[in-house]
Amino acid sequence: MRIFWVLLRRELASFFFSLTGYVIIAAVALLTGLSFVVLTLTLGSDPVTVPVTEMFYGTYFLWLILLLLSPVITMRLFALEKATGTFETLMTTPVGDLQVVAAKYAAAMVFYSVAWLPLLGCLGIVRYFTQQNAALDAPTLAGMYLGILLVGSLFMSLGCFASSLTRSQMAAAMISFVLGMSLFALGFLAKIPGTAAWTSQLIAYFNLFDQMHDFARGVVDTRAVIFYATTTLVFLFLTLRVVESRRWK
Amino acid sequence: MIQVSNLTKRYAGRTAVDDLSFTVARGEIVGLLGPNGAGKSTTMRILSSFMPATSGTVRVAGFDVFHDADEVRRRIGYMPENNPLYPEMRVREYLKFRARLKGLGWVKSRARVTTVMEQCGLTDVGRRVIGQLSKGYKQRVGLADALVHEPELIILDEPTIGLDPQQIRSVRQLIKSLAGKHTVLISTHILPEVEMMCSRVFIMFDGKILAADTPENLQQRMAGGSQVIAEIAAPAAELNAAFEALPEVEQYDVSPSEGEYFRCALTPRDGVDLRPAIFELVRARGWSLRELTRSRHSLEDIYVQVTKPNAEDAE
Repeated sequence: MRIFWVLLRRELASFFFSLTGYVIIAAVALLTGLSFVVLTLTLGSDPVTVPVTEMFYGTYFLWLILLLLSPVITMRLFALEKATGTFETLMTTPVGDLQVVAAKYAAAMVFYSVAWLPLLGCLGIVRYFTQQNAALDAPTLAGMYLGILLVGSLFMSLGCFASSLTRSQMAAAMISFVLGMSLFALGFLAKIPGTAAWTSQLIAYFNLFDQMHDFARGVVDTRAVIFYATTTLVFLFLTLRVVESRRWK
Repeated sequence: MIQVSNLTKRYAGRTAVDDLSFTVARGEIVGLLGPNGAGKSTTMRILSSFMPATSGTVRVAGFDVFHDADEVRRRIGYMPENNPLYPEMRVREYLKFRARLKGLGWVKSRARVTTVMEQCGLTDVGRRVIGQLSKGYKQRVGLADALVHEPELIILDEPTIGLDPQQIRSVRQLIKSLAGKHTVLISTHILPEVEMMCSRVFIMFDGKILAADTPENLQQRMAGGSQVIAEIAAPAAELNAAFEALPEVEQYDVSPSEGEYFRCALTPRDGVDLRPAIFELVRARGWSLRELTRSRHSLEDIYVQVTKPNAEDAE
C-alpha cells in the first residue's frame, strides 16, 4: 500500500508538472466555457422547466470532452514508460503489477476529476445570477458529477488498457478513441427500427447516452452504476493481464 | 551470488541466449564482453527478473529469479541500457522516489539518498531537473539509483556508453570502488574497460560464453606467441649472426630503422621471454639499445580470435 502512494504521487506529479497536463485542463475549461455560453443563451431566451445540469448535458459538449480528452489523458500512462525504457527500471523494483496499474489508473482519475472542476464554477455562476435554487439543487448536481465520474472511470480504464498495449502514445490514443467511440455509438444501434426486441434491450445496457442523461437529471439508476463499475473493472483486469504478459510471452 | 544453469532465451524464431551456464561469487566484478547482439542485455534482463527465461534456471543470492522475483529484486540494483530516467523529475526527488519504491522507509531513504549522492558526485545537482543534466551526470544518477538500496548485486548494462573520456574515467572509478562490498556484473563491448575494472571476463558471442577467465589469464594464454621488438645499433651482419646463435629465438627479422639502428622483430621458442637474453647480448657486445618491448596481446586479439571462427560459421 505504501508503494501505491509513492507511485501515485509520482504519477500525479507527472500530470501536474507537465505542460500537457495544463493544456488538457485548459482545453476542458474551454469546452465547458463554450457549453456555458450556449447554456446562458438558452436560459436567456426561453423559460425552462428542466434542471440546469440537464441543459448542460443537452449541449453535448460533455461527450466531446469525454471522447477526445480521455485518450489524451491516458495515452502516456504505459506507452511513454515503455518507449523511454523507464518501464524496465520500474518493473525491476519490488513493486507488484497490480500496484502499478492501480496507481496509474488512480492518477488518471484524479486528474480527470480536477479537469471537471471548472464546470462547477460555471454552474455556480448560473446559480448566483438566476437565484433559483430549484434550477440547481445539490442532489441533482451530485448525480451529474457521479455520472461524469462513472463514465470517466470507464473511459479511463479503456485508455489504460489501450496504453498498456503499445509503446507508441499516438497508437494508444487512437486505440482508446476507437474503443470509446464504438462503445458510445453502440447505444444508438438500439434506436434503429427493425431491431429485435431482445437485441435492443441488450444494447440498452450499453447506452451511455441515455444513462448519462438520467444522471444529468439527478436520477441515479443502480443498473447503470453497476454497468460502469463492472466494465471499468473488466478493462482494468485486462490491463493487468497485459502488464503481466511480459512474464509468459 | 549468481548461479546460471542452462539458460536459454528464444524470441520469435531467434535464439538470443543459448544454453548459458556460469556462476559469479560474492564480491567479484565480472564483465560480460561481446559485440552488439551477443545476448548480453537479454541475460541481464533475465537476471534482474524483468523477463523470464525460455528454459534453464537463474538464482541470485539463492533465490530463483522467476519464482521469488520480489526477493531477487530487493537484492539487485539494475541499470538498463541507455539508462532510462524520468526527465521531468529533480535528481534528489527521483532518487528518493526510487529508494521508496525499493522498500526503504522515509527516514532511511533520506539518509541513503544523501549518501549515494555524495558517493556519485551529485550533491551539487540535487535540485536540478534530470532532463537538463549532461549525459555524464545522468549516468551517475542511474548509478546512484542502482546503489541506493545497498543491493548485494549490481547489474550495469553498458554503463559508460556515450560518455566523454573524462566522464568514462569517473564512472569507472566509481564502479571500481564498489568492489568487495557489492558483486557487480557489467556488460560492455569496450575492451580496455573490462581490463581495467573486472576481476573476471566472460566473452559472449551468439548467446554463448566462449571464454571465461581473468583478464590476465586470457592475456597469458595468448602471450605464447608474443614478439619482442628491439632497436639496436650494430652492424647488420653481426646482428643476424648473433640471433642465429641464440637458441631461444625461433624467428627473427632485421630491418633498418633511422640512423644506425636496426629494428629487430624476434619470435621466441616455447613462449619464453626474450628480453633478458637480448639485453645480455647487447651488453656483452657493447652495442647500444634504444627500445626493447614485448608486444602484449591485448584482449582485443583474444576477442577477435575467439569470435572469428563463429562469425564465419554463421555466414
